[in-house]
Amino acid sequence: MLELLQYGFVMRGLIAGIIIAIIAPFIGIFLVLRRYSLIADTLSHVSFAGIAIGFLLGINPIITAIIASVLSSIAIERLRTSKKVYGESALSLFLSGSLAIAVVLISFYHGFNTNLTNYLFGSIVTVQQSDLTMIAGVSAAVLLLLIGFYKELIYISFDEDAAIVSGIPVRLINIILIILAALVVALSIPIIGILLISALIVIPVLTALQFRKSFQHTLIIAEAVSLLSVITGIIASFYLNLSTGGTIVIITLACFIVAFALNSYRPSSHTDLATP
Amino acid sequence: MHEVNHEENIIECKDICFSYGQTAILHNIDLAVHRGDYLGIVGPNGGGKTTLLKIMLGLLTPQCGSIKLFGKDITEFKDWHKIGYVPQKATSFDTNFPATVFEVVLMGTYGKRGILRQTTAADKDAVTDALKKVEMLGYAKRLIGDLSGGQQQRVFIARALVSNPEVMFLDEPTTGIDESAQKDFYTLLRTLNRTYDVTLVFISHDHTALEREATEIATVHRTLTYKVNTPHA
Repeated sequence: MLELLQYGFVMRGLIAGIIIAIIAPFIGIFLVLRRYSLIADTLSHVSFAGIAIGFLLGINPIITAIIASVLSSIAIERLRTSKKVYGESALSLFLSGSLAIAVVLISFYHGFNTNLTNYLFGSIVTVQQSDLTMIAGVSAAVLLLLIGFYKELIYISFDEDAAIVSGIPVRLINIILIILAALVVALSIPIIGILLISALIVIPVLTALQFRKSFQHTLIIAEAVSLLSVITGIIASFYLNLSTGGTIVIITLACFIVAFALNSYRPSSHTDLATP
Repeated sequence: MHEVNHEENIIECKDICFSYGQTAILHNIDLAVHRGDYLGIVGPNGGGKTTLLKIMLGLLTPQCGSIKLFGKDITEFKDWHKIGYVPQKATSFDTNFPATVFEVVLMGTYGKRGILRQTTAADKDAVTDALKKVEMLGYAKRLIGDLSGGQQQRVFIARALVSNPEVMFLDEPTTGIDESAQKDFYTLLRTLNRTYDVTLVFISHDHTALEREATEIATVHRTLTYKVNTPHA
């Protein structure tokens, strides 16, 4: 185990992974409870287009992924609130549109290569020192904003109308939430990968919800599941030479299956999350 | 006990009209609610009751007319902590939401506190007081989704009460609640109105209950018909 930590790239991957493991379920709990889970998937595909732009222009692809993801998140929210397009249709529009842009741009860039595959499925070797500095800095800002707006986000997630009546600036908070989601998605790509990031945002929260605890405890459980999955996933993927993102998500999924099974055997009055 | 000015206009709607697309919902609505009133709003489904309530709360913007809350135009109104809102439970509440009764009532303090400010010990005391008022303190640690309909509605009242509102809006809060819980609920509202001087605006299908409880009754069916009522409860 200690031998593993002697490798600089493993340490960088592990530190970046732990940071992402903390912020992903924190934003995820609000996305899941507001039925926004799919936005993580959409923003990850938008980030893919951003990454392709980064490769094409020779810029750090995480920077271009952040820019593409944040701009699109604002556009999605505006489209959704305009009520001219259904919410989920706006997501579908951006998901397929950005994927098309990414694929066309990649064809300019000598097709797929190993680097791009790492961004698609995640790899600890992808994380450079400059990436780690950026991930730590931006994540600290995301975490501070989530803590700052924690109570408003809970209220809006529970009852948006009552939150408006109590004077909370709901439109502003919604924009902040979606921008933070865009940042978390873009930052998580080097470790988890474009195709799997939404799983780390959503599954730990779904796992925690099975325990039917208070909001605070649900968040703590989600954080624990996320940290456990990321740390064991990175270690296992290193020793077994597996895809980092895939291993992390499989462990998260296993946690969910265990929690779901335990919940199914527990007598409870409300366990059907499909019923709004 | 402080002096209560029953002539003071808490809500003033003038010439309100509202339509969804081509469908006119409200037309020429004039309404004044005074401090200490218990206004019952009745009317058929689709008659515009909830739309009127949402306009009074600033959740919908009317195509014409003006609304004043506590003498201020609604667009300039900032004292939202003076207003409590108890929504129609069935449509606005996810019973699987992971929140305890205490956490739900605490939400009622968030608007008053302002953004970026954290919860204080005084807020927690206010939650305890509000739960005591609705006789739900013993349920503080229970999940909101695990309570009965009547208990949940008491919690929503506590959430509305926690910021010490001067007026409370209730949108069909008794829907889906059994008869005995409804009786307790009306007793609680009567106490809030008569003992604590909370002005009430109450939407209901239950005309008989409002005839028994309310001091004014407004019937909304595109236009508004208003009458002073003598409650006999």
